[in-house]
Amino acid sequence: MSITSYIMPITAALILTIGLFKKVDIFDEFIKGARENLKTGIEICPALITLVLTIGIFRQSGALDILTQLISPLCARIGYPAECIALAMIRPISGSGATAVFEDILSNCGAESFASRVAAVMMGSSETTFYTIAVYFSVTKVKRLRHTLFCSLLGDFACFIASFVLVNMLYSINF
Amino acid sequence: MMKWVFGLIIIFSVFCSLFTGNTGNVTNALLEEGVNALELCIYLTGGMCVWGGLMRIAEKSGITDAFSKMFRPIGKRLFHNIDTDSKAFSAITMNIAANLFGLGNAATPLGLKAMRELEKNDGESESASDNMIIFTVLNTASITLIPTTVASLRLKYGAHNPMDILPAVLISSAISLCISLTTAKLLCAKRGKNK
Repeated sequence: MSITSYIMPITAALILTIGLFKKVDIFDEFIKGARENLKTGIEICPALITLVLTIGIFRQSGALDILTQLISPLCARIGYPAECIALAMIRPISGSGATAVFEDILSNCGAESFASRVAAVMMGSSETTFYTIAVYFSVTKVKRLRHTLFCSLLGDFACFIASFVLVNMLYSINF
Repeated sequence: MMKWVFGLIIIFSVFCSLFTGNTGNVTNALLEEGVNALELCIYLTGGMCVWGGLMRIAEKSGITDAFSKMFRPIGKRLFHNIDTDSKAFSAITMNIAANLFGLGNAATPLGLKAMRELEKNDGESESASDNMIIFTVLNTASITLIPTTVASLRLKYGAHNPMDILPAVLISSAISLCISLTTAKLLCAKRGKNK
């Protein structure tokens, strides 16, 4: 754990040190870089609002729960933890939503439980797909994404299956 | 494409809320999510400014070029017809490096820069170019080597060794990355032949 807390500070210090050595005006360049990204931040804002609104409505309306309940019986047959289905459904669409569901699983099932492990592997090996796609394409003029969404979601699906199978294979001795 | 995803999700949700009795929640979402999103945006932009500044220094001091050279052999295979000296390629390289180390705040602005540069290289179009697709798919798969957030949450809820999931996380990431990238590559190639 402690090693990871070194990554960011050391990266920052390293970049600044090399910059000074190479005689870069690090103060000026930092401000220029910050200005560039401030513009980018404003540029992606409308797309972000649209996305967050859509997902907010989707969750608050109970539509997500209905979909989860529809899929649950199928997954229960192969022993897929019911708690993780809700996580699998929300993981591609909302990062904060997924974290909330993950924390629920951790506190309800215990950090060392089977469901928690599957959830943790799932969280660690997937990304907020819809968010990434929406934000990345918002800075381009692209309207047709072609097979972007299909491939990304296929990857997510593979990850949900893989985390279940892998936790079964690697950690079943501990239970 | 996006207009259908956007429209259908909201219409379906409102339809569901009529049955679940959650129309009040949907009203709240309509009123509050915009504010939440703006907050998220401010938070995100703050982080992006800091890392944008650092990354500009990295670019000016030649760190970016060094990374680009290392990534060249893989990048040439992954991306179609890419100029490895282009701004697009260096932004892609730095985005991947930031993702590997789990620096999400640094990865986002670099990713956006890469998308802009790819658009310049491949020509403006209403359709996503092959390279844009490959790059986005690469970013929607997790390539983080150390799942810091997950581990710290596990620790918070009393896991004895929060990092013991690491092998499973890495294998699972690799599997999903291979599947999504291979599919993307195959579909891009197929379209190329049809032309």
